[in-house]
Amino acid sequence: MSVLLIAEHNNKELKSFTLNAVTAASQMDSDIHAVIIGNNCGDAAKKLSELPLVKKVIQVEAAHYENFVAENFAPVIVKLAENYSHVVCSANTFGKNLMPRIAAALDTSQVSDIIKVISTDTFLRPIYAGNAFATVKSKDPKKCITIRPTSFDPCESSGGSAPIEKAEPSEEFNNTKFVKREEIKSDRPELGTARVVVSGGRGMQSGDNFKLITSVADKLNAAIGASRAAVDAGYISNDHQVGQTGKVVVPDLYIAIGISGAIQHLAGMKESKVIVAINKDGEAPIFSVADYGLEADLFEALPQFIEELNKLNTIQK
Amino acid sequence: MKILVAVKRVIDYNVQVRVKEDNTGVVTDNVKMSTNPPDDNAIEEAVKIKESGKATEVVAVSVGEEKAQETVRKALAVGADRGILIKADGILEPLAVSKLLQKIVEKEKPDLVFMGKQAIDDDCNQTGQMLSAMLNWPQATFASKIEIKDKKLEVTREIDEGLETIEINIPAIVTCDLRLNEPRYASLPNIMKAKKKPIEQLNASDLGVDTSPRIEQIKVEEPPKRKAGIKVKSVAELVQKLKNEAKVI
Repeated sequence: MSVLLIAEHNNKELKSFTLNAVTAASQMDSDIHAVIIGNNCGDAAKKLSELPLVKKVIQVEAAHYENFVAENFAPVIVKLAENYSHVVCSANTFGKNLMPRIAAALDTSQVSDIIKVISTDTFLRPIYAGNAFATVKSKDPKKCITIRPTSFDPCESSGGSAPIEKAEPSEEFNNTKFVKREEIKSDRPELGTARVVVSGGRGMQSGDNFKLITSVADKLNAAIGASRAAVDAGYISNDHQVGQTGKVVVPDLYIAIGISGAIQHLAGMKESKVIVAINKDGEAPIFSVADYGLEADLFEALPQFIEELNKLNTIQK
Repeated sequence: MKILVAVKRVIDYNVQVRVKEDNTGVVTDNVKMSTNPPDDNAIEEAVKIKESGKATEVVAVSVGEEKAQETVRKALAVGADRGILIKADGILEPLAVSKLLQKIVEKEKPDLVFMGKQAIDDDCNQTGQMLSAMLNWPQATFASKIEIKDKKLEVTREIDEGLETIEINIPAIVTCDLRLNEPRYASLPNIMKAKKKPIEQLNASDLGVDTSPRIEQIKVEEPPKRKAGIKVKSVAELVQKLKNEAKVI
């Protein structure tokens, strides 16, 4: 019994969700080996070796691993998996893209997007966009598990000194070529990890009015979110979308402005610690999940909100 | 070029899902069923490619109970040429579905296989990638743009960091994001026409695939309810509560 954890990184640094995945893996078995596949990823491998919960790091490098193509990654992990009872990775787009290829090759029925480890073979996972929780037990000898990062705390990130072993790369898969990646750069905290998220919905009425959301977000050092309705209406780009088809967020404070609270949207934010809803429709479903609801016209409420925030001596960052 | 599109019958996305009282699953009796939303995008894209003259045939395939025929029929109504229904009962895991689809791919020899990126019932997000691994074909998951370039596809993928573009050689698997296109509605004449299009019916057991679940579903429960919140009367009260009661600002 031991766990093979697949590290997510950008060749220089570990992606923060790797730390959440390590925590989840540690609840399956304490013997965690982490594999890092990339190109010139020595610095990230070193960071991985410093995680106290990681017992060994396996580093695999080749030019064709530069861009994280699943077709290239899967064969390496499938080969390494011989020695492990569990293969674990985060359920973000990297892990979602990769893990099923590994599971298919191992003839294992993957358990996706778990939010709790109940025992080494039993897990809790949301289904129907979080409208139901299923407790499932994997009967496969090898388990392929993806974990929802926001449901597990990040592990300790320093103090460890696991040995780093090198493993042989596999051959390049020639039918898939990486072309380019356009990352969205922002001075704001990332939507998936921000402490505060301020989101706008169709009630914003135009893209221009999202400036009000921006002003509130500036005050609170918050990430900006949006409902699918606002994205579909073209008010804001789709990387801001929170919900079943967008990002799932679990901030300390989620402020939903002009958002009615469709099931799809609630699925992406209802685990937030404190939820505020500002909406002029007092019957809007968003109020059923809000800790603090304000029934008001957002175009009056938001300028007042900014004014009230200005009156505060300090605002948590 | 031939495109195979896999479609799944699921509880309609507008239905509030209810957990059964005995915790064995969710209520499906007398509940509206529809095509899994991103599978509609997959069909739309395939039909658009055919309309542009770059594909000659679009085949829709579904796996599930007899009633999944309605889902195949809907795909025919929006432009697929013919359908295949693989009948199987009980819980079907993506691994089993992928194995069944692999059999269909071996028989039909499509150039492309499209499907939604994820089903909104089990939220697994596995089938396309698993099928791709079994066939050793390239995969383009979460596609929001597809361009056909001779024997290649250039696909833009929605990833956490933004957008990624990859080039894949045909034959290939593409899993579709909701942003790929705007699925059309079937017109009444096309719904009538679809009734005459052929749907081949097969049994999962005849394809030599063991579909028995590898994952035991122990129980299905309602998610924990949030405790009821309060309505505040003014912005000032809201800010005061956030500062002094919730202590989040």
